[in-house]
Amino acid sequence: METRVMNENHSALSGGTEAVAGATETGAAAASIEVRDVDFYYGSSRALHDITLSIPRGLVTAFIGPSGCGKSTLLRCFNRMNDLIDGTSLQQGSITINGVDIYSRDVDVIELRKRVGMVFQKSNPFPKSIYENIVYGLRLQGIRDRRVLDEVVEKSLRGAALWDEVKDRLDDHATGLSGGQMQRLCIARAIAVEPEIILMDEPCSALDPIATMKVEELIEELKKSYTIVIVTHNMQQAGRCSDHTAFFYLGKLIEFDRTEKIFTNPSIQQTEDYISGRFG
Amino acid sequence: MHAPLNPFGSRLTSSKITEMAAFWLFRLTTYAVLLFAGFIFGIIAWKGGQQVFRDKAPFINVPFLTEAPESLHVLTLKDGSHLEFGDRDYRAWVAKNGEEQIADHKSQVYAAGGIYPAIVGTVLLVVGSMIIALTLGVLTAVYLSEYSRSGRIISLIRLSIMNLAGVPSIVFGMWGYAMFVLLFNWNVSLLSGWFTLAFMVLPIIITGSEESLRAVPKGFREGSLALGATQWQTIYQNVLPYALPGILTSSIMGVARIAGETAAIMFTAAYVVRDKLPWEVSKFTDFFFSGVMALPYHIFVVSARVPQNEYTEKVQYGSAFVFLFIVMAIALTSILLRAKVRRMYKW
Repeated sequence: METRVMNENHSALSGGTEAVAGATETGAAAASIEVRDVDFYYGSSRALHDITLSIPRGLVTAFIGPSGCGKSTLLRCFNRMNDLIDGTSLQQGSITINGVDIYSRDVDVIELRKRVGMVFQKSNPFPKSIYENIVYGLRLQGIRDRRVLDEVVEKSLRGAALWDEVKDRLDDHATGLSGGQMQRLCIARAIAVEPEIILMDEPCSALDPIATMKVEELIEELKKSYTIVIVTHNMQQAGRCSDHTAFFYLGKLIEFDRTEKIFTNPSIQQTEDYISGRFG
Repeated sequence: MHAPLNPFGSRLTSSKITEMAAFWLFRLTTYAVLLFAGFIFGIIAWKGGQQVFRDKAPFINVPFLTEAPESLHVLTLKDGSHLEFGDRDYRAWVAKNGEEQIADHKSQVYAAGGIYPAIVGTVLLVVGSMIIALTLGVLTAVYLSEYSRSGRIISLIRLSIMNLAGVPSIVFGMWGYAMFVLLFNWNVSLLSGWFTLAFMVLPIIITGSEESLRAVPKGFREGSLALGATQWQTIYQNVLPYALPGILTSSIMGVARIAGETAAIMFTAAYVVRDKLPWEVSKFTDFFFSGVMALPYHIFVVSARVPQNEYTEKVQYGSAFVFLFIVMAIALTSILLRAKVRRMYKW
């Protein structure tokens, strides 16, 4: 696997960091992630069938659908976390982020993951102090200056709405936090490396309603600076948080449109059935 | 009016009897094991203690622990008294008093003096080979558990490593002799002994380390990689530190295995007797390329290679007692180190 990063790709991937504020129409905002005719296989079984969609920049896109429909698989393709599983392969089609095919040989997976961050379903704070959790990503890049690290810690914790709760105990062990705080810590850790896109794989499924509400408010704030793709089992959450929604079923993309349209007047009968709870 | 039948009441069923029988079987087996172990340790402590401890201050037979082995000379003088001397004292006595008064003179090899060079040799062998084994073993375990893709070749490698654990130690000794002593031309030396013992203990280290690496939750790896870490950065900073306690446990088991190894060092590192201590060398490299005395080999020599009497029995048990003590001390150090590492890297 080529790990050399080509300079053109490097700048293309980081180009266009201005958030497109106020763009609410699918057509007007330039797409951040373009998925075209993607087939994905786990070994010999096909998990995604001919997926084509465009994720717009600076907005929140939700993937909904019943269990096993492939939404998490597609999400993990965006930062190539599926590469960690033996036997997976993208057989057909391409996934392009800011114009660069992320599965091409010129793309360094490490650089990709610095720009496309991820928050997992089961929050996984490292068993270190809160401070060390946040600066983990920066230390990987060789940043050692204490002042820079302190600044980033404060900025990320403020950005994750956690600063006031933990500012006096940054050296405490991260596992002493509550579930909701741990998930917000993971979000802070993800934004500390300043990605452009944040992928969230069912971030609230293990949280109580109040923690869920805080994370959803956070998503509303983060939208101003990042492109967010969130996979959720909870349809109402998709309705509350997102600007666009994609409905998946058994590895196929059934419908992709603005959230208001999907939830009030979907074009496809199957979407209507899922939304109204006739199956799920 | 009767009391209502208790539907949840306990009844004696055949499965309950089986459970009780099984439980008692496990309990008695454990006690039997403890009994035998206690018996062995007890005899060694009792008889060995007679050699190692004294009833006067400083309560420990210091010469036994700090001197090299000597021959014991038992003199029966013409006036009937018995005298027992080590080599040096015997020569000093004869120089002062002459030999006319001696009616009977028996000498017993290795029954006097101490076992200090053997203690030093054993400690050096154990420490050196554990360092080599841990380095090779942990790196192999990291490769097997983190980098390799499952497949037939990897299964074959794992099988071979496990088979290595079943190779008899005499075969290891002969392999070490052929490879390190003859082929590499290292002669009977510390280096040959280190590598022979290291390869003996490698399977234990590798399987123990692999298990403890696997036990570290996947979430740590995924979280680290998702932030743009390379695989080595992830392993070094986020996986290995939390697998350390398990690795140390496997090293404790490894020490127990190799500390008492006689057959493996017989041809590769151990001298029956060596008058210089390992660091009393003229050249720096002589330290690595000279052999050492070792406690288990010394016990073997005193028990099987020399004629037996009540004097040799004292030395045998004393050496065994000191040997057990040393192994326990090394194991205790590892346990303390493991506790410290657990506190540092709590997860």
